[in-house]
Amino acid sequence: MYEGPVQDLIDELGRLPGIGPKSAQRLAFHILKVETVDAERLARAITEVKARVHFCRVCWNVAEGDLCRICKDTRRDPSLVCVVEEPRDLVAIERTQEFRGRYHVLGGAISPIEGIGPDDLRIRELLSRLEPDAIREVILATNPNIEGEATAMYLARLLNPLGVRVTRIASGLPVGGDLEYADEVTLGRAFAGRREMPV
Amino acid sequence: MRLERLEVVEFRNHDGAAVEFPAGVSVLVGPNGAGKTNLLEAIGYLATLGSHRVGQDAALIRAGAASAVIRAAVQRAGRRLLVDVELRPGSGVRGRVNGAPVPRARDLLGVVRATVFAPEDLGLVRGDPEERRRFLDTLATQRLPRYHSSRQDYDRVLRQRNTLLRSAAGRLPASALATLEVWDEKLAMAGAEIWSERLRLVAALTPRVELAYQRLAGRDDLVEIAYVSSVAGTVGLDPDPAKLAQALRERLVADRSREVERGITLSGPHRDDLALALRDLPARTHASHGEAWSLALALRLGSHRLLAEEGEEPVLLMDDVFAELDRQRRDRVAEAALAAEQTIVTAAVPEELPGELNAAVFHVEPGSVQLSAGP
Ligand SMILES: Nc1ncnc2c1ncn2[C@@H]1O[C@H](COP(=O)(O)OP(=O)(O)OP(=O)(O)O)[C@@H](O)[C@H]1O
Ligand SMILES: [Mg+2]
Ligand SMILES: [Zn+2]
Repeated sequence: MYEGPVQDLIDELGRLPGIGPKSAQRLAFHILKVETVDAERLARAITEVKARVHFCRVCWNVAEGDLCRICKDTRRDPSLVCVVEEPRDLVAIERTQEFRGRYHVLGGAISPIEGIGPDDLRIRELLSRLEPDAIREVILATNPNIEGEATAMYLARLLNPLGVRVTRIASGLPVGGDLEYADEVTLGRAFAGRREMPV
Repeated sequence: MRLERLEVVEFRNHDGAAVEFPAGVSVLVGPNGAGKTNLLEAIGYLATLGSHRVGQDAALIRAGAASAVIRAAVQRAGRRLLVDVELRPGSGVRGRVNGAPVPRARDLLGVVRATVFAPEDLGLVRGDPEERRRFLDTLATQRLPRYHSSRQDYDRVLRQRNTLLRSAAGRLPASALATLEVWDEKLAMAGAEIWSERLRLVAALTPRVELAYQRLAGRDDLVEIAYVSSVAGTVGLDPDPAKLAQALRERLVADRSREVERGITLSGPHRDDLALALRDLPARTHASHGEAWSLALALRLGSHRLLAEEGEEPVLLMDDVFAELDRQRRDRVAEAALAAEQTIVTAAVPEELPGELNAAVFHVEPGSVQLSAGP
């Protein structure tokens, strides 16, 4: 245990995903050592992102206002919705320039090990978009790993009876990989070759 | 495949040692603790990316050293390949082929092929089902490298499903049921792949193991090998994955309330076993020591034949194989050793070696391996 503020910082950093107690301690002491201006710049970036950036009220992408850039863009087809786990996956798909519809960001994937069930994802919010947006097709673009596949299957079973077309982006993506690391060509091809989602 | 050269650095008790192996039989001799098994372990490691003795790589790095290196030159299909791996505690394995780093260590699997028989293999006959499952899984991966990722997928699905079952704490709310059904489906699909591949493997392996055992024993003892499924028992099943998935699916539905109550997945390839019997008696409980040893060896020799017939013949490695056998069986092992393209055996007591074993003899000491007699 360290003196008050140092321990507070360690505790806060330790709450970040992927940061264990040891890393938290290393980061805290790194911050102690850097120039005050650098530490302040970090603190400001954190405050600003919380003050200025929100989640889009429709698709849960990051947005500076009420709606994200994509939901604001009237040229994009609202009847096609691509479901992704995280905003970074959306960015990866945007890079392919393959897709002209809209998105829905779940905020993760079903994973009992991490304590994440369907109710912890923005699935209800997705269902409530179906009618007002007259959605014709939902494209499932969760990660091609165990949890992403399970989430896709869960959604397909939920959406199919509701009369929407449900597709899954084609695999051929490296197994066990994360969507965000796939190169544009692979991801673009996977997108073009999407299939009906079997249930 | 032929292993031409092996070099180890800071591996187990060897600070540095290099051996040039001839084709045919080589024997590593030296007193207890000299480091003979360690050399076989190093070769086995290149083939499977794991030790046949310990689960953790840390024990393989010489006490006090930061990392260990295993380097080999192999000749396969007329091509000479150089392979090396570096083991660092905590940061995994880094591998290279012909000097070029491979993206993932498992890309090395299949470059060096080895069949390892070691005293620990007695556990294949006497030990828990877990040891026999590991035997099947390692062999299945050698036949079909993608089996490894199928097995990892299955384990991951299993952990997810078990966690969900445990968190239900005996009562499954309707909302969790839909999630469980998804994990059921994933488990059935992933499980069927493993199950199917193991069934095919056992079918191919059985006649070869039987033959190997009968040769060792010198008589036509009846050897039975059966895959025992936790879902379907020993019924001879069609290895069609679609049918197996259906069987697994039905079992999960039938067991649902029991599984929810106990918080664990009760059937699937993680609960399967391989039943071994000699002359109609279960080998695990009835075989004599020498018989159990011979059966374990026959499982390895049968695997060796199977791999040799389907692709590049592996190097046959046998650790202390002669120690526990009667004279006749020793001679039979020598025949098996001579029949392989390349065999490396260890012996603490050279007098145990059968006379007819025409071999290059290497004398092993910590950090040094010297050729003491040519074949
Ligand atoms: N990580 C390590 N660092 C240093 N020495 C080690 C390490 N691991 C094992 N050893 C030493 O290696 C020796 C065992 O080597 P090995 O098992 O190869 O012996 P062996 O020649 O096969 O003997 P035996 O005839 O008894 O089977 C032991 O003396 C052990 O202390
Ligand atoms: Mg030994
Ligand atoms: Zn939006």
